Amino acid sequence: MVFNVASFVTQVAVLLLLLILVHKPLGVYLARVFEGKRSTRVERLFYRVSGVDPDSEQSWSIYLRSVMVFSAVSILVVFLLQRLQGVLPGNNSLPGVDPWTAMNTAISFATNTNWQTYVPESTMGIFVQMCLLAVQNFLSAAVGIVVVVALIRGIVRTRTDRLGNFWVDVARTSFRILLPMAALAAIVMVIGGVVQNFWSTDVVNQATGVTQTIPGGPVASQEAIKILGTNGGGYFNANSAHPFENPNVFISLFQVFLILLIPSALPYAYGRMVGDQRQGYTVVGVMGTLWLSSTALMGWAVASAQGTATAAAGGLGEGFEQRLGAAQSSIFATATTLTSTGAINVAHDSLPPLAGGVAIVNMMLGEVAPGGTGSGLYGLLILAIVSVFIAGLMVGRTPEFLGKKIGPREMKLTAMYILVTPVVVLALAGVTVLLPDAMANAPASGPHQFSEVLYAFTSGANNNGSAFGGITSSGPYLSTMMGLAMLLGRFLPIVLVLALAGSLAKQPKIPASSGTVPTHGWLFGSLLLGVTVIMTALSYFPALSLGPLAEGLLK
Amino acid sequence: MNIFSGYLRQAGTALRFLLLATVVLGLIYPLAIFGIGQAVAPFQANGSIVKDSAGRPAASALIAQVVADEAGTQNPLWFHARPSAAKWDPGASTASNLGPNDPKLLDAVKANRAAIAAAEGVKESDVPADAVTASGSGLDPQISVAYARLQVTRVAKAHGLSPETVQAMVDRRTVTGLEAFLGQPSVNVAELNLDVAAAAPAK
Repeated sequence: MVFNVASFVTQVAVLLLLLILVHKPLGVYLARVFEGKRSTRVERLFYRVSGVDPDSEQSWSIYLRSVMVFSAVSILVVFLLQRLQGVLPGNNSLPGVDPWTAMNTAISFATNTNWQTYVPESTMGIFVQMCLLAVQNFLSAAVGIVVVVALIRGIVRTRTDRLGNFWVDVARTSFRILLPMAALAAIVMVIGGVVQNFWSTDVVNQATGVTQTIPGGPVASQEAIKILGTNGGGYFNANSAHPFENPNVFISLFQVFLILLIPSALPYAYGRMVGDQRQGYTVVGVMGTLWLSSTALMGWAVASAQGTATAAAGGLGEGFEQRLGAAQSSIFATATTLTSTGAINVAHDSLPPLAGGVAIVNMMLGEVAPGGTGSGLYGLLILAIVSVFIAGLMVGRTPEFLGKKIGPREMKLTAMYILVTPVVVLALAGVTVLLPDAMANAPASGPHQFSEVLYAFTSGANNNGSAFGGITSSGPYLSTMMGLAMLLGRFLPIVLVLALAGSLAKQPKIPASSGTVPTHGWLFGSLLLGVTVIMTALSYFPALSLGPLAEGLLK
Repeated sequence: MNIFSGYLRQAGTALRFLLLATVVLGLIYPLAIFGIGQAVAPFQANGSIVKDSAGRPAASALIAQVVADEAGTQNPLWFHARPSAAKWDPGASTASNLGPNDPKLLDAVKANRAAIAAAEGVKESDVPADAVTASGSGLDPQISVAYARLQVTRVAKAHGLSPETVQAMVDRRTVTGLEAFLGQPSVNVAELNLDVAAAAPAK
């Protein structure tokens, strides 16, 4: 399989052009939804039945409590109904899901991770996929988005403890943003060849005597939100490498576009909401620079076709789909790991070592380029606060961010946010490496085995969900540890972001002075970029050296 | 106590909210897409099922269909698909997930190469990469143009057809144009074997 550079460049250019074209109208629409005051009649009915008062706003602690309770209830319901699959309709004759898998999967889908420790074809029937997992795809994406909306409100508002109403924000994000976009995307996908029915089809080739049962299912409707909500949990085991999820290169490119769509439009909405579009452009500029650099690096690493087995095969092929090609798969692999998506259209485990390394680094960056729906933007805004802090140290002034003082409390929350994910990843991966029984689940040898474990915990704690698929994570130990990584990696940052939002909202707005470090423009953008890269490098370089770097550089 | 009742009330809200959201997002939405799909693109929505010359459902244009024995050796009468970690089972898609330096993968690649070179009567170096490597899904219906060309002589001979006729079928099933540029030029084996079956004299 040849890496077609011309095709690679064309596809990146097409994506860039499309995203530039739509980010403004979509960003304006997003901001309008978030700032909307009126509810539609259907929404009002929805609130009345749920027992929500749409006109009452919440303080940060109540907003947080709603996030936590809603996520806990989601996890519990998804867990219980998976356990009961055997007696529920639409189970495709499959039994109840085993408790470890059900627990891991419930956490995985409610945290927007969509790590799949199960083989969908032989574990999850239509009911579980359509009514539980796909619904969580919408709601977990919406939760990510509303958390950044609350943070932006915290920046914009002054002398208040009100950050909005969680239930209203989730409902509007789900029904006004995600649902119509997913519906459009699903229709395009069906026309492009993605399956959407409720039965399998028996085919018989009379000439060869081969009989096959061609699977079916509500795939397109789930695929659309899986990609758009940066979720990544596939209807089939092979995920977006499966021809029924990703039938041709056009749909594959369309999927990359959808992955990047909402995260790259959110900064425009942010700029509009804070009343300074330059803020949004600086953020999206940093995201775009990281995305382009990482995509180029991934392309180079894939094109190198490193590896003894790859060389013996005469080039790339293992884990790749012939119809998609190496160029498209590199672009997909970058987008899926720079966001919290984790869908795959090529087996990441079989990628050349440094390409697998780029995928891991992308997740370690905190998935901020452009990141998961909502989580990408709040991740980058936290890094922006770190940047003004560092700049403030250099000029000897109390740092400010958009008219809000970054005092000790704000800085402690920010610093903890930066520390949480690396600690979770490195501690859990470190413990696992010490347990021979746990390491037996990663059958590779040498640095590649370590990479499989590092990839798994990086993916879990960053709520990505892609994997070096050689690892078997369905046993009690890894199910539990991965469940823990996903929970901590999702909710600790959310606690910190909402606490930060609450503390910013209380402050008065202080006017910018000559000593204020501007948070827009080339200078600040470069600083933010540098901080993002250096933070990641400082946290993870030793671990990376033992895994992908050792495998890629020593051979 | 106050805090506890606050949690309980929110849990009630959460449960009702989740239930209502499930009706919209988990039932109405997929059913609407199903309805639209069946109306607008029933062929694609139902798995791109292609029929044989007698009009019976014979294969999916998107899923590899392979004639192989228990050991996984593909039948020499037909065009071969790529190796598959899923043994081409449409209900069990998977990749090998072996690393690029994995000794098991190295052995598998070498064995595949030797077997294909022997079966087609060509040099080992003429066997392209896609022919010796498993796809990401295990169901990849397509092979490279080079691998298809390699198999023309054998398939033509097996069916009493001229190599030119079979080569023309390959050309007809080769993806070209923009799709080949963005992806790569590929040949659909599932459909190609149906063409061969339709053209071959009955046995």
